[in-house]
Amino acid sequence: MIAKLELRNVRKSFDDKLVLRDVDLSVGHHDVICLIGSSGSGKSTMLKAINLLVPIDEGEILLDGTDITAPGINPNQVRESMGIVFQAFNLFPHMKVLDNITLSPRKVHDVPREEAEERARDLLDRFGLGDKVDEYPDRLSGGEQQRVAVIRALATEPDLMLFDEVTSALDPELVAEVLNVIRGLKDQGMTMLIATHEMGFARDVADRVCFLDQGRILEQGPPKEIFSAPTEARTQQFLQRIIDAGRL
Amino acid sequence: MTDPVEERVRGPRLLGPPRNPRAREEGARGALIAVISTLVFLAIAVSVILTSEAWPAVQRQFFNPEKIAEAFPAIARGFWLDIRLFLLAEVLILIISLVIAMARSLRGPAFFPIRALAITFIDLIRGIPIILLILLLGFGVPALQLPGVPNSAIFWGLTALITSYSAYTAEVYRAGIDSVHESQRMSARSLGLTQIQALRYVIVPQAIRNVIPALLNGFVSLQKDVALVFVLGIREGVREADIFAARTFNYSGYVTATFLFLLVSVPVARFTDWYTDRDRRRKQAVSN
Repeated sequence: MIAKLELRNVRKSFDDKLVLRDVDLSVGHHDVICLIGSSGSGKSTMLKAINLLVPIDEGEILLDGTDITAPGINPNQVRESMGIVFQAFNLFPHMKVLDNITLSPRKVHDVPREEAEERARDLLDRFGLGDKVDEYPDRLSGGEQQRVAVIRALATEPDLMLFDEVTSALDPELVAEVLNVIRGLKDQGMTMLIATHEMGFARDVADRVCFLDQGRILEQGPPKEIFSAPTEARTQQFLQRIIDAGRL
Repeated sequence: MTDPVEERVRGPRLLGPPRNPRAREEGARGALIAVISTLVFLAIAVSVILTSEAWPAVQRQFFNPEKIAEAFPAIARGFWLDIRLFLLAEVLILIISLVIAMARSLRGPAFFPIRALAITFIDLIRGIPIILLILLLGFGVPALQLPGVPNSAIFWGLTALITSYSAYTAEVYRAGIDSVHESQRMSARSLGLTQIQALRYVIVPQAIRNVIPALLNGFVSLQKDVALVFVLGIREGVREADIFAARTFNYSGYVTATFLFLLVSVPVARFTDWYTDRDRRRKQAVSN
């Protein structure tokens, strides 16, 4: 069976700095993969490369068996089946919550306004944000903004979701509400790639955990193995520091 | 709440009520002091001018009520033409310059020709004195007698103004576009929007908000610069004042025209200040 997403020998450098070194990764349908590793290890660049926001230098990225980095591929089409959520929410501050969510369905997917708004309201209700439809983003808490950002990414009905440290900018008491949304998506069978610093969450939700170090996937496996018996010295060091900080 | 230090430095708020009783009281006292000191200053200035030896001659030449009354109808008619030219030019400038700025902001090798064209236009036009452009187009093009091309001086004078101001205004818009954080563009693209859609729905609406004070500043500038088309012989306000001065050897016509221009530009300048101030306060309120 063809993997949902496959990275082959992906290499990327910014100026002289190599941020992704020959990354190989295969993501099956309905898999939940957590990417862990210190800041600057390449997690974020990897997700942006998959969303074609960052062009790669070498290698291939296959989505449902098609190389999306090949010339002649329309990046806008690729992005239609993929959602990404960023650390800093990046909601559009000049638009109400409803318009943030319906912009892409209406303008990219040509969904009629009423239909797009109805779907948006349904999604907002489902995620407990039904009363925020007409608010502007700066009137919402960080957790609410991030949940709206998730809904905005879901509004185009993607079958692959990418999460780039989506709780890192949140106050600690707001982290759970966002993580619960992601857990809900797992239950619905969404294929997800999640870069995170929340180790407890990763252990809980991931089918597989990948430890990135200096642009390489150094070690990967089921969360139990990675968190209790990592084989690589760098992974052990990283996890030890997390434990010392009281985060695991 | 009004900051007392700010109150002292900036003087009383002229627009909008202070937000609490104590500040209102202080504001009222500040306003009273400002009014008294202004009246005293004006009284001294006026009495110095009126008692000076040169005043009668100055009044005869510049502030002659009879001459002003005589010159007024023609100048006012000409000034009305200035206003109409200004409004028409401003609308077109705001649209054309936005298109140029958007063209300049497109990325990727495929858009290189469009980008290069926009940059060339901006560089060239900004390098030409506006008066030269008016002469060049206003006298030059009609002289060619090209078939199907308008020959009116007003048309080409206006075209020159619009061309020159569009280049400057495009740079104002561009500053606004650059001021919107890169993550907004990225996030719009990640939702599948094309570059142009991202600009249109996400970047430009935010950009315009950021540059409204600068755009208003351009309004004030253009409102005066439309008078430059007088070099083409168009009988707008300044031209009429000039004709009057040549005929009567009296400059009261110039003063009349000056007054008419101030009547429009000062309120716009005040509005710009008020808007900028309000905008700054709002931003501070949000970031708090």
